[in-house]
Amino acid sequence: MIELIDIHKSFEDKEVLKGISAQFEHGKTNLIIGQSGSGKTVLMRNIVGLTDPTQGKILYDGRDFTQLGKSEKMNLRKEMGMIFQSAALFDSINVLENVMFPLDMFSSMTYRERKRRAEFCLDRVNLLEAEEKFPGEISGGMQKRVAIARAISMNPKYLFCDEPNSGLDPKTSLVIDALIHDITTEYNMTTIINTHDMNSVLGIGDSILFIREGLKEWEGTKFDVVKSQNEYLNHFVFASEMLRQVKDHIQVK
Amino acid sequence: MLILNWLRDTGRYMELMGRTFSIPQRMHMFFRQYKTEMYQLGVNSIGIVLLISFFIGAVICIQFKLNIQSPWMPRFVTGYATREIMLLEFSSSIMCLILAGKVGSNIASELGTMRVTQQIDALEIMGVNSANYLILPKITALLTTIPMLATFSIAAGIFGAYCCAWFAGILQAEDLTYGLQYSFREWFVWCGIIKSFFFAFIISSVSSYFGYSVEGGSVEVGKASTNAVVSSSILILFSDLFLTSLLT
Repeated sequence: MIELIDIHKSFEDKEVLKGISAQFEHGKTNLIIGQSGSGKTVLMRNIVGLTDPTQGKILYDGRDFTQLGKSEKMNLRKEMGMIFQSAALFDSINVLENVMFPLDMFSSMTYRERKRRAEFCLDRVNLLEAEEKFPGEISGGMQKRVAIARAISMNPKYLFCDEPNSGLDPKTSLVIDALIHDITTEYNMTTIINTHDMNSVLGIGDSILFIREGLKEWEGTKFDVVKSQNEYLNHFVFASEMLRQVKDHIQVK
Repeated sequence: MLILNWLRDTGRYMELMGRTFSIPQRMHMFFRQYKTEMYQLGVNSIGIVLLISFFIGAVICIQFKLNIQSPWMPRFVTGYATREIMLLEFSSSIMCLILAGKVGSNIASELGTMRVTQQIDALEIMGVNSANYLILPKITALLTTIPMLATFSIAAGIFGAYCCAWFAGILQAEDLTYGLQYSFREWFVWCGIIKSFFFAFIISSVSSYFGYSVEGGSVEVGKASTNAVVSSSILILFSDLFLTSLLT
């Protein structure tokens, strides 16, 4: 479980996060949603340690990430996997080598074992046939799937996804969502997803944190979203006419 | 403001070098990267180094022969001057200025692109010391290859001068040989190699700093590439002055 306690983050005199507290449970897909500029990317960067919060605690199963030493942080990071908005694959090496990279760096497996593990992960995301290709030779959706394979290659306890559906068509987005959800339950990981995608919110939102102007505005599950009376949440989630009609239909029923 | 920026950059550079110079997390990964960088930064520069050095050697030879030709001047002076220029300045300092443009911009743009496409963030999240993994192989590869390129450059320059003698008939090859051997001091070869060693460090570390610390998008990557070349060149010229007075 990951727990945030009163997270503040300021850039010079601008306070972006104004005291966010939340809990993200393991085995669930925990979504962070909010409008552009609401602070969700800054929150994610603080959680994974790419930036330090100005104030507050980030507990990984009780371990306060902000208080850990350099080597302890390095060790904790080996338990993390992350899927970036741009996939962030290393473009000078092929797909298989990308997935093998964390294993090459940190495992004591033999080359054959590392290759077998990487191929297993690629097979899990249905991309075994692309192992010899370079990131520039495959589509955006395939790149995201390779990023998922790379993220799970070390069996992480914590998985972070920064807008995993960004730039993908709706059908591919559903595939990526389903894959992340399945992997989360299969490996019992604590997964945190930063997203704008309403299909993800209503599809895989086991737990949803809605932030607005650096503050926690609302939290609940995908089932609570439909029933919520929070004005800002409704404006954000049901911004499109079609979704509004779907909501009205469900409520009438 | 300018001084503050300079101090801030110097501090960040020192901090980055502190992170870079640590024991690699996996030696086999370090050597894999080291071999790749040796090839990309060093071996791929051999062609341009040989080409430029050959022609500059030939041009120095022609210029000296034509401009200082006089009955009072010994005939071996052309060979002597060509050797001294190639050994002391061209093959170390000027060649490194050229390499700062080629290799420095390559390093800065590669690391800058890795930064803006979040590849460096991905390494950090995995628990990899990204500075050590990405920059140390570049520095060690250039420290290995640039002194070699400097010696290749000396050889190519002298070969260029000989080509002038053999094919253009501007001077006698025997005079050139005599001039090249006249009052030869082996220490001057070492001076060139020692200087190129320092310049290799400047090119690789300064360019890595500018590339690694990019914030923003493609425009900033372009700026970082330009800053890397300009800063490396200025530092090479300053340290050349210092090293020349120290070594000769």
